[in-house]
This record gives sequence, C-alpha cells and structure tokens, in this order.
Amino acid sequence: MDIALFSQFIVNGLMQGIVYALVAVGFTLFFGVLDVIKFSHGDVLTVGAFAGLTSFLAISALGVDNSWIVLIVVLLFAVSVTAILGAVVARVLVVPLKKARAPVVNILLITLMLGTTLREAVRLFFPNGSSSQAFPSLLPGGAFELGALSLRYDSIILFCTGLIVIAATHLLITKTKLGLAIRAVAQDEETSKLMGINFEYIVLITFALGSAIAAIAGIINGLYYNEINFSMGLLLGAVGFSAAIIGGLGNLYGAILGGFLFAGLQTFAIMALPVASSYKDVFAFAVVIMLIAWKPTGLIPEVDSERV
Amino acid sequence: MTMAIFSSRFGIFLVASMVSVYTALFMHAESEILIGILIFLCAVAWYLAERSGVSRALAMGIQENGLYSNALFLVGLLGIAAYIHGDHFNLLMLVTVMVFVVSCIGLNIQFGYTGLLNFAGAAFFGAGGYTAAMLTTNTGIPHLLVLFIGGLVAVLIGFVITLPVLRTRGHYAAVVTIAFSLLFRTLVEVNQALGGAQGAPVAGLNLFGWDFNSNVEIGGIEISFYMNYFALALVFLVAAMFVSRAIEKSWIGLNLDTVRLDETAAACFGLNITRWKVTAFSIGNFMLGVMGAFFASMLGFIAPNNFTFGDSLIMLSIILLGGIGSVPGIILAATIVIVLPEKLQSIQEYRFLIFALGVILILLFRPNGLIRRRTRVFCKSSAPGGINA
Repeated sequence: MDIALFSQFIVNGLMQGIVYALVAVGFTLFFGVLDVIKFSHGDVLTVGAFAGLTSFLAISALGVDNSWIVLIVVLLFAVSVTAILGAVVARVLVVPLKKARAPVVNILLITLMLGTTLREAVRLFFPNGSSSQAFPSLLPGGAFELGALSLRYDSIILFCTGLIVIAATHLLITKTKLGLAIRAVAQDEETSKLMGINFEYIVLITFALGSAIAAIAGIINGLYYNEINFSMGLLLGAVGFSAAIIGGLGNLYGAILGGFLFAGLQTFAIMALPVASSYKDVFAFAVVIMLIAWKPTGLIPEVDSERV
Repeated sequence: MTMAIFSSRFGIFLVASMVSVYTALFMHAESEILIGILIFLCAVAWYLAERSGVSRALAMGIQENGLYSNALFLVGLLGIAAYIHGDHFNLLMLVTVMVFVVSCIGLNIQFGYTGLLNFAGAAFFGAGGYTAAMLTTNTGIPHLLVLFIGGLVAVLIGFVITLPVLRTRGHYAAVVTIAFSLLFRTLVEVNQALGGAQGAPVAGLNLFGWDFNSNVEIGGIEISFYMNYFALALVFLVAAMFVSRAIEKSWIGLNLDTVRLDETAAACFGLNITRWKVTAFSIGNFMLGVMGAFFASMLGFIAPNNFTFGDSLIMLSIILLGGIGSVPGIILAATIVIVLPEKLQSIQEYRFLIFALGVILILLFRPNGLIRRRTRVFCKSSAPGGINA
C-alpha cells in the first residue's frame, strides 16, 4: 500500500474517531448525571446537522457570502437548536420518568422512540428529506503537502475543533463551579440537593451541553463528507453508544478512548483484512460485542457494580 | 350488579361476536371515510368500556373462563378468515398479523417474562427467513423441517451473543443486541452469497405434496391460496399461545418473573439465573426464526430491508403498546400496528412517526399498555390481585 493511500486512511480514521468521541461524550455526560441512556442522541445530531444546513440556506439567501461568518452562524444556530431540544427532552421525557422511578428500560425505549420520531420528522418534513442533502464546504480548500503526504486544511481544522470541544468540556467539568455541580449531581443526587444545588437545573444544563456537542459533531461530519442524510444519526448514535460503553460509561476519557477505538477497528478492517471494506461495521461491532463479553462494564469501568 | 353479565360466559360471547363482526367489517371497508368512522366508534366504545367498568368485568370473566375465551377467539378468527376467503390482500394482512403475534409472543417470553431486552428481534426473524431461502432453493429438505431448522438457526445465532448478554445488564445488555442487530443487517447486505441488498428468492411451501401456492376450490367456491398459509399460521398461533400460557402458568414462569424482578433475590433463593435466561432467550429466538422462515416462504422473497433495526423496534412497540407480558395485548397491538397503515394508505408514509409517538405517550401516561398483564390466579377461590406477578 502506498503512503498516500495509507495516510488517507489514517486521516479518515482520525476524523471518524473524533466524531464518535464527541457523540460518546454526550452519552457519558447524560449517564453521569442521571444514570440514563438517552438513545435519541444520534438523531439529535441529525437535527443539529439539518438545522445547520437550514441556517446556511437562509443566510445564503440573504446574500452573506463570507464563509467564516456563515460558518459561525451555522454553528451557533445548530448548537442552540439542539441545546434547547436536549433540555426540552430532559424536561418533558427523561426527568418525569426518572422521578416516577420507571424502569431504566422504559427510559431507554422512550428515547429510542423519540429518536425514531426525530428521524422520521426530518425525513418527512425537510424538503426532499428522504434523499441525501449536499452540505456546503465552508472551510478553506487546499492541502498541506509533505512529499507524497497531503493533508487537507479543512481536515486539520475540523480535527482540531473536535479536540478543542472535548478539551473545553473536560475543563468545564473539572475546573468550573458548574462542572463541580455536575460532578456532585453525578456522584449523589440526594447529597447534592442538600448542598443547595438545583438538581433539575443542572440536569437540564447537562442535557443541553451534551446535545450541543452532538450538533458540533454533526456539523463536523457534514463539513468533512459534504453530505448529510436523515438516517446518519442512527448509526452514529449506535456507534457513539457502543464507544461510550466499551470505554466505560460516565467517564470522559473512556468516551474518547471508545470513540477512537471504534474508528481504529473500522480503519483496521478496511486496511488489513482481506475482505471487502463494506464489512468494516460488521467487524467493528463484532469486536465491540466481544469486548463487552470480556469487560462487561467497559475498559475504564464504573466504580460501583453489583454482582451475583 | 349489571356489570356481572360481562363476567359471564354469555357476556364474553356477546363481546367476542361484536369484536369479530367489527374486525371483519374493518377488513372489508375500503373508503378512508368509512375506516375513519369505524376507528372513531372503536375509540368511543373503548373509552366507555373503560369508564363504566365493563373492561374490568370482562377481563375478570375472561380470566375465569380462559379455555372458553380462547376457543371463542379461535372461532372468531376462523369466522373472519371464512368471510374474506377469496380476498388475497386481506388474507395476507391477516396472516401477517398472526406472524407478528407469534414473533412478539416469542419476544415477550424474553422481555415481558424474563426482562431480557432484545433489540435484535428482526435479525433473528431474518435469520429464519434466510435459512428458508438457502434450504428451499438449494436442497430438497421437506419444508416443514425447513421451518423447524429456521428456528434452530435463529437459536444457534442467538448463542453467539448469549455470553455478552448474560454478563451484562440494563444498558450494557441493550447495546449488545443493538450492535448485533446492526451487524447482522450489514452482514446480509454485503454478503453476495445471500443475495446482497437485492435479497434472495424463497420457494413457496409444499407440505407432503400439498402446494401452498395454488388456489383451492371447494364446492365451486374459489378460495385464495393464502388460506393455506392461514391454516398453518393458525397452528403456529395456537401452539405459541399454548406454550406461552403453559410457561406463565407453571413454576417456569414464576422463575422467569423472579429473574426479571430481582436477580439478586432470585440467586439467593437458588435459582440458576443463567439457565433461565438462556432458556427464555432460546425459546423466543426459536419462535422468531420459525416465523421468519414461514413469512419469507409466504412472500416468496427475503431482503435485508425486511428486517431493519426499525422492524425490531416495531416488534418491541407492539409488546409495549399491548402491555408488557400480556398476550391479549400483543394480539390487539399487532392488529393495530399492522392493519392500520395498510388500511389508511394516507398514513402509510407516517407510520413509523405515529407508532413512535404512540409508544412515547403510552410510556408516559399508561405504562401498563392497552391490556395490562393480569396477575396470576392459581385457584379460583383466591381473590384477583392477591398474588403479585
């Protein structure tokens, strides 16, 4: 395999890894504060990407053509739409069920069904939503040449954006007062309430935060592939969920590890296995299932677990 | 009390005949206005029955007269089939409902009784279907045996994910079946030996020289060939309902319930959790596999699009809408979920959206489903509700 193709695979794998890691971070945040899985997360990502596309179409119609301004508007709009959506979902569906002490399965199912609703809503109500939509390229073209290696500028920018978002989330969780409150809620709901933390407010903030990160992941995905479709969230959600699980739920490092591990498995399947590249998901999911069988609570496990 | 009549055999008979006539009318109805009116009437009747306590009285009566009610159900089903004997489309729909009922009874043994959440129901269904496709086109194995092998293959494939399913719980177990569901779908889609994305043909059933795909004529009346499939589906339905009932009534069902409700307590009382989970998982997958093989033979075709993750969700929606653990609920919900979009072509496009919203509302406001699972009554003298399931 020549070096150019090889580097292309690596870049592709890294880009996938950062998107998966961003999605997995969301799952881990929600699980941290409420011990729930919000399976609509992948479809929230889709909504974010489509919201970005809508705002792009609107702002282009207004005649703005400075791509940086457009990019900022697209990001802000997508992030606010999903942040509100995430908080509303938490307020209307997740918190009431949690308060009613419904089985965890019910919360998983209700968010799965919400994901289906969002996905179908995008398909049915976005103009021509059942086919793929072209996503504009808003980043500078050109590439960074280094012998046979060529790195596209947009890939570098997208990758660094992803890293910065994850690092910022990490700083927010570990260094700020809000982060302290989030960690307190994650550790013990009752005690955090006694310490004067507004539990529901923190939960809503966390859901908004996780969903906003999903929107960024959706935009990164769209800018990289220049294409989005209504069902992209289903697979990304399942992959992000698997990544969060194999990394260890409730742990930011686990989410990053899981995300890159999954992308690494896919890349490995494409490069090294003697089968068609379309088997990459089969291979990656099979390894995920084996990893779960080996380490049921993830590579970086939760602290407490009850065994029989 | 006037309500007492609904608990009597006569009352059950009255309601059963009304439901049968209504269903036959509904299947026969063509115009969307008429269907709309029928749905509205049903909703009003349901609401009144709930408010006046008729449903409660009826449920108690049915519980006391289990065998009698099941016999009435069969007679009603036969009556409906006889009424639409020449109508290909409606018979196909009726058999599809029955296939989904049996599949969901299988899933219900896993999820409703044992608490094993299986998001790969459609994958096991598809495994049976592909087995039928491979065996009927490449070998001369008798078709009845093919259906059986379809079930066995689903069970064997299930064993692949048994270990991770057993070692995990809750969210972690869910991700295993979700990953498996996506994996299986992708696998058959890219595998050219299985027909790839285009799918594979399946031969129609032929049992002991009885060709299922030719129309029957009895006494000058032309009967649709789907009646053959209906007859066989009826056998499967009765068998599945019998097995499900037998499990629930026996100590096996009690053990499964205990495993679902509290694993720690179950283990403390000496129940072998692994054994019961594997048993329930295998029985459920077997039913799904047999039904997949049967359904593929009836349609004459199987493709990866027939069993997406969405279809697994539809199966789980049926169980939740009906009421977790409740077989009558499954029958009602499967009928609604399959028949409604077929009848109302204008909502066909929106069906996933509508069912997803329906399940969300059910989970929020009526977590027990349309017909909730009744508590067991072991002897008639003990008051209903005395023993908690």
